[in-house]
Amino acid sequence: MSARDNILARLRRSPAGAPAPLPDVGAWFAARRSDDREALIERFKTHIRAARAEVHDTDAATWPELLLNLAAAKGLRTLLVGKGTRHGAALADRAQDAVHIRSYQQPAANWCDELFDDIDAALTTARSAIADTGSLILWPNAQEPRLMSLVPPVHFVLLAARAIHADLHAAMTDENWAAGMPTNALVISGPSKTADIQQTLAYGAHGPREVIVLLCREGEAS
Amino acid sequence: MSETIHFRPTTGFAERARAAAGDPALRSGFRGAMDFLQAKRLAQFPDAGDLATLRDLGAAIRRHALENLPQLLEQLEAKLVANGVQVHWAETPTQANAIVLDIAHRIDAKRMVKGKSMVSEEVGLNHAMEAAGIEAMETDMGEYIVQLAGEGPSHIIMPAIHKTKQQIAELFAARLPGVEYTENVDELIRIGREVLRRKFAAADIGLSGVNFAAADTGTLCLVENEGNGRMCTTVPRVHIAITGIEKVIARLDHVPLLNTLLPRSATGQAVETYQNFISGPRKADELDGPDEVHLILLDNGRSQAHADLQLRATLQCIRCGACMNHCPVYARIGGHAYGTTYPGPIGAIISPHLLGIGATAALATASTLCGACNEVCPVRIPITEILIRLRNEAQARPAAVGSLRGAGEARSALVSAIFRAWAAVYSHPALYRLVTWAMSRGRGLTPRTQGAWTGIRTPLIPARKRLRDLLAERRRQ
Repeated sequence: MSARDNILARLRRSPAGAPAPLPDVGAWFAARRSDDREALIERFKTHIRAARAEVHDTDAATWPELLLNLAAAKGLRTLLVGKGTRHGAALADRAQDAVHIRSYQQPAANWCDELFDDIDAALTTARSAIADTGSLILWPNAQEPRLMSLVPPVHFVLLAARAIHADLHAAMTDENWAAGMPTNALVISGPSKTADIQQTLAYGAHGPREVIVLLCREGEAS
Repeated sequence: MSETIHFRPTTGFAERARAAAGDPALRSGFRGAMDFLQAKRLAQFPDAGDLATLRDLGAAIRRHALENLPQLLEQLEAKLVANGVQVHWAETPTQANAIVLDIAHRIDAKRMVKGKSMVSEEVGLNHAMEAAGIEAMETDMGEYIVQLAGEGPSHIIMPAIHKTKQQIAELFAARLPGVEYTENVDELIRIGREVLRRKFAAADIGLSGVNFAAADTGTLCLVENEGNGRMCTTVPRVHIAITGIEKVIARLDHVPLLNTLLPRSATGQAVETYQNFISGPRKADELDGPDEVHLILLDNGRSQAHADLQLRATLQCIRCGACMNHCPVYARIGGHAYGTTYPGPIGAIISPHLLGIGATAALATASTLCGACNEVCPVRIPITEILIRLRNEAQARPAAVGSLRGAGEARSALVSAIFRAWAAVYSHPALYRLVTWAMSRGRGLTPRTQGAWTGIRTPLIPARKRLRDLLAERRRQ
């Protein structure tokens, strides 16, 4: 008998307990939602700002300029974009000498040192967001890999205001996550942080020190 | 390097508790931390009615999982395998470590980075890796600090809660080359970040725990604030997740509810910085993420708890640590005194299954049964009822010893003789009258020192007149 068989056999021998039906989790979330889109957007902004992220209102036409200005003001010299993305191209078109645009072209292992040491910031899109907790939802893929939202010290996130859900349960059900999950799905609520030293909150633990949301209030994000 | 605390004998609990309770620095550190965490949790649950509903839902999700555990584990395994994840099963810590070592040897691994995982502490993984010549580096800031100090975590959520920033400053200055003493917390974290950043890229294996494993999609959910968990599960070419068999739940869309309870109960945060959902290894066109993802499902006594309808509730735990944050005993002695991987109330009820009831008998007595742990448990584990059950099991008569490992081992001839005598006196009226008469008349002989009782209290001396005598006098008047 394998360990697997032994464990499962023991569990199957356990007596049945009191009935334990699956609870209606959706109803609890649904009862707390409202239909007011503007209120939803405001709630998202309030909550993610409380987690120390920056939020800037912008639109599909002007976000590249806003981002480049913010990058210049923060002294960011190298900015990473995904390969073959429209928003990456939009940014590269407008970039001037102050900010150098790099694209994530090859497997991370091939340029790990550079990725960890030489990239000041990255730009990714968010798939959607959550108002209740002020969170960004990212499904990294071949164009925008996982480490873009983790390794560079500053993370710019392009988010369409219409993609804000009330809560994570709404996001999962409206977007039908159960139909097929990506390799890695992420829910990010602000810059990385720790309170492991005497309960003192410090930002920029192992992930980004800053998360900057570019909230596109109309039309497409890119 | 790091000390795995479950190797300590659990028999010295009284001595360790006494030493900890007499250490003013430890006392004030824990008191401050517990007050802080209690206030933060309370602020996250302003509506008692809403909290009650949330706890009902959380408990229902976990109870459903435990009632359907073998089926859900098989479903989880099938989904994960279909997603390309390799699933391993371990009955014991030794088997779990052997699985990790097999993987490590196959890929010729030299270095491992670790995200926070209490199950890896439970199995003593760091020891097993070091014995095999593989560096196992903790990367959670708190875990890194206690590993650097050669200690174990004293709290399941905040491992270095027993350390002051001055102690950490001294530790960094003494142990890290080129680092000068600083009490600036931002600077200390920056130092840790720089040291550990080098380690992620150089590691062959990233090891993590699992907070919830969703059976319907085959998804491992990990929550954290620092980003080291994401590093460990993304940068090295192999990711090994290790968790207890009880962590499975039926549905991915139940994770949001449990994650509404977990961070609020644990640290009083509305949400963790990262909720990391992992469903498989890197796909062919993806540029990062591990080539291999492994999940190790550990039993280590959990199936014993599952087999008992009362003790099964122990496995509902989502490891938030709220019970320890609110425990008057934990707050006064801290986590190390327990001598087990999991301290506090949850440690007292889960450790007997991992280590045996006899070896952990003292822990069930380390409670005032005040019930604060029951009140704050986000999944409604009746902790004090289980503590009483375990006290009874530890002292069980040979004839009443059931299948629980170590039951009856804490039975002492003296204690059982005393209780047998007590039972005889209270069940025979004539004997009762005789004994109480002798005690009231012989009260002068009562010792003035009565062990621990008189350490902080006046001695117990029988009354001059029994209730029986007083009533007889009143009738005569």
